[in-house]
Amino acid sequence: MALLLGALGVFVVSGVTALCLSRSPRWATLVGSGGAVVGSALGLVIALMALFTGGAESLRLDWSVSYGSFFIEIDALSAFFLIPIFGLCGLAALYGGGYMGVYSGRRALGTPWFFFHLLVASMALLVLARNGVLFLICWEVMALASFFLVSFEDDREEVRQAGWTYLVATHLGTAFLLVFFLLAGREAGSLDFDKFRPGSSVTANVLFLLAVIGFGTKAGFWPLHVWLPEAHPAAPSHVSAVMSGAMIKTGIYGLVRALTVVGAPPLWWGWLLIALGGISGVLGVLFALAQHDLKRLLAYHSVENIGIIALGLGVGVVGVSAGAPTVAVLGFAGGVLHVLNHALFKGLLFLGAGSVLHSTGTCEIEHLGGVLKKMPWTGVTFLVGAVAICGLPPLNGFVSEFFIYLGAFAGMVSLGGGEAFPFVGVIGALALIGGLAAACFAKAFGIVFLGEPRTEAAHQAHEGSLAIKIPLAALALSCLLVALLAPFILSVMVPILSQLTSLSPMTVSDSVRAGPLWFIVLAGLGVFALIALGALGRRWVLSRKSVTKAVTWDCGYAQPTARMQYTASSFVQPITELVAPVLQTRKHIVFPQGLFPKAALLETETPDVARERIFRPIFGAVRRGLSRWRWLQHGQLQLYVLYIALTLLVLLLWKLG
Amino acid sequence: MDALSFVYWVISLVLAPLLLGVINKTKAFWAGRLGPPLLQPAYDLIKLLRKGAVYSKTTTFVFRAGPVVSLAAIVMALTLVPLGGRAGLLSFQGDLVLFAYLLGLMRFFTVIAALDTGSSFEGMGASREVQFAALAEPALFVGFAVLAQETTSLSLSQILSVISIETWGQSGPALALVAVALFILFLAENARIPVDDPNTHLELTMIHEVMVLDHGGPDLAFILYGAALKLWALGAIVTHIMLPVRTGIFWADGMIFSAGMIGLAIVTGVVESVMARLRLTHVPQLLLGAGVMAVAALVLVWR
Repeated sequence: MALLLGALGVFVVSGVTALCLSRSPRWATLVGSGGAVVGSALGLVIALMALFTGGAESLRLDWSVSYGSFFIEIDALSAFFLIPIFGLCGLAALYGGGYMGVYSGRRALGTPWFFFHLLVASMALLVLARNGVLFLICWEVMALASFFLVSFEDDREEVRQAGWTYLVATHLGTAFLLVFFLLAGREAGSLDFDKFRPGSSVTANVLFLLAVIGFGTKAGFWPLHVWLPEAHPAAPSHVSAVMSGAMIKTGIYGLVRALTVVGAPPLWWGWLLIALGGISGVLGVLFALAQHDLKRLLAYHSVENIGIIALGLGVGVVGVSAGAPTVAVLGFAGGVLHVLNHALFKGLLFLGAGSVLHSTGTCEIEHLGGVLKKMPWTGVTFLVGAVAICGLPPLNGFVSEFFIYLGAFAGMVSLGGGEAFPFVGVIGALALIGGLAAACFAKAFGIVFLGEPRTEAAHQAHEGSLAIKIPLAALALSCLLVALLAPFILSVMVPILSQLTSLSPMTVSDSVRAGPLWFIVLAGLGVFALIALGALGRRWVLSRKSVTKAVTWDCGYAQPTARMQYTASSFVQPITELVAPVLQTRKHIVFPQGLFPKAALLETETPDVARERIFRPIFGAVRRGLSRWRWLQHGQLQLYVLYIALTLLVLLLWKLG
Repeated sequence: MDALSFVYWVISLVLAPLLLGVINKTKAFWAGRLGPPLLQPAYDLIKLLRKGAVYSKTTTFVFRAGPVVSLAAIVMALTLVPLGGRAGLLSFQGDLVLFAYLLGLMRFFTVIAALDTGSSFEGMGASREVQFAALAEPALFVGFAVLAQETTSLSLSQILSVISIETWGQSGPALALVAVALFILFLAENARIPVDDPNTHLELTMIHEVMVLDHGGPDLAFILYGAALKLWALGAIVTHIMLPVRTGIFWADGMIFSAGMIGLAIVTGVVESVMARLRLTHVPQLLLGAGVMAVAALVLVWR
């Protein structure tokens, strides 16, 4: 525990040092990046040790804040969430060391490093905190630090707008959490988590709903996700990776932790989570398909993956309340493991997108193309991430999705009848999400990295420094390792699953062992072996044959150009047309005119439908309602002093009367 | 995992191209032609394997990896499929998910290999492929869900070993609906009429064929062989549902299975002879129809 606090100390110290060294971009970056890497490595080792030894360790110090105490504890659940936080943040910091060089001279680099360190430290302390006040303070520091990181390039209008959206969204979520803790604390008489006791079923239901909204805003459940597609593209890429890979997972952590304290779940909690997960997953991937900014596309995929996690948790909750241990274990195992998996491949994809942005200056998919030849590291690792995020075997995404499928199938078979319908929903939703995600990443990888460069910017693509390449390779490798070591990882997760399902560790490990994990690993290895065999066979049949190069078949057309390639929009057009009523894409078309047409134009934009149809009207109504009271504000100091005096007078009269 | 399953797996790897031969013969017979020899698909593969290769300057390793990864995925998927009334080489709870996702892996690499050429034709084919796949996937999974619910098992081999004449007697309508849904998916996944036309060489009307337009020589052989294996694997599932007769005798089961597969190939050939390809805009309706049938079957099973 002392070592863990030491690791957090490294973050605070090196963060403040980087801030002080702001004048020298080189030193600020060196201290900022180096300190974060050291701190993360230390933290990661401690988290892994805590996970393997399995014992919970806690520390409680008195605090002069009312109802507050510095109460932290590292148990299996906390340790598990620390792994993506420290692992991803360490690699992102290394990457940032190479990435932030672009801004040197233009901007002070000490400040973003300071906030980066603050963000990592607050996330780590958040998952350790066992007191409501401490938790909320970490939550707020995390929100503010990430707000300043999002609005790093604050000279751009859209970045300021994104930062503002994020700030509003995160605080609305926090408001619900405040009520959550007040209510839970009122029942228990203390804000320490270990004092929380399951209350009446009404209180439990209210607490659960508050947690879903409050934590769901951070995690990005539809329709609370509106800040995600704004904030992630605006932030520097290594920050996007941390936010998407680690920070939104604190929302999932909060929800999971809440499930352990609010008491035995009724069936409808699971159904609600399944419904939210299905909607988030399907709409997330549909909106991702319609995007043509690579980072925005990835941000929508975060919504999709949070949806998949929610589906897993939902299956788990239904399993618990229906008294089906295997279903519960499989659902929670899939959901919680997907947290780690998503951190790995989404972190990888955001860093890869950052490398492309770094060297070409654009994330506009339609302007890129042929990047793979110029950036082989980025391209190959992005391909690994794409295969993993589509949930395709033999990588890690498949393992967690497989568990959720298995849980849903098992639940359906054991319940049967109308009760089983939500499980069929899970199966259908996962299948649809899988198919659409494959379409989306075929587009993202295919249009950006394959084919010919579409613009001059794409010709400029070049590989970054070693600091940029190493994190990409490390994350790609861990996507593979998690898949191959899955049985081992699952056995480490047994205490977590036993805590979530209130089953004995023995029962849990029996359910896990009964699972067909080894077959999955065997099949994964089989695929690799067959690929190797096929590659050797292909080389053998091609040896001593003529292998020549030519142009892509062009129908005999004499002068093909790169602009004649299929574009990202045309690639997904059949799907986007099919779901046009949902997407509500805005089109601006200028048709070619006359016999010798010159210019034609097609612009499409797909704004978020939840933002346009739900939040814009609500916030508009609030503003209209409040503007009636605008006459109270004149900007004259005397009047304000009068208001204060009047208020005091009224209070005095009330007190006397 | 037993020796006889392995024997069936190997026999399937060898015989798979013949199924295409049967389909082609059927179509020829229907059209009053003699048609190519039954072994023509195998001859084609041998011919292609003996050729050299021409690669586009635009392409990268992805283009070369596409056929290899696709073939590896489908060979692996075939180990999960019960063949000749026997359990698959590998069978475990949930192998149906792995089966569907291995087909997904195969498709993903075919699609990105197509996009690697930078050709509009291939982009168009890839675009259609991913659209139809996204619609076919839920239908396939709900179809599997019906089978799982009916047989209370999550493994393809177990499911198909439980389905028998008696099961058909008890819940015939549900099984019939699922069988039809899976047959539609079998046609769609294998790029057959009414979804795709394997005969035409007009790029604009094709899906699968247009994606592999730039592949030649051994690469094309890998792709064609992979396609034949996919036809075999999905065909075996449909056959096992439609013809749930098992004697327990190795050669008898083998004969029944072969007869079923040949029957399926003939039906496919007949469908191709009597139908035209659907308009592309109508294909989603067909796939959604398959999905609706699967859901209806599920309701019937629950009732």
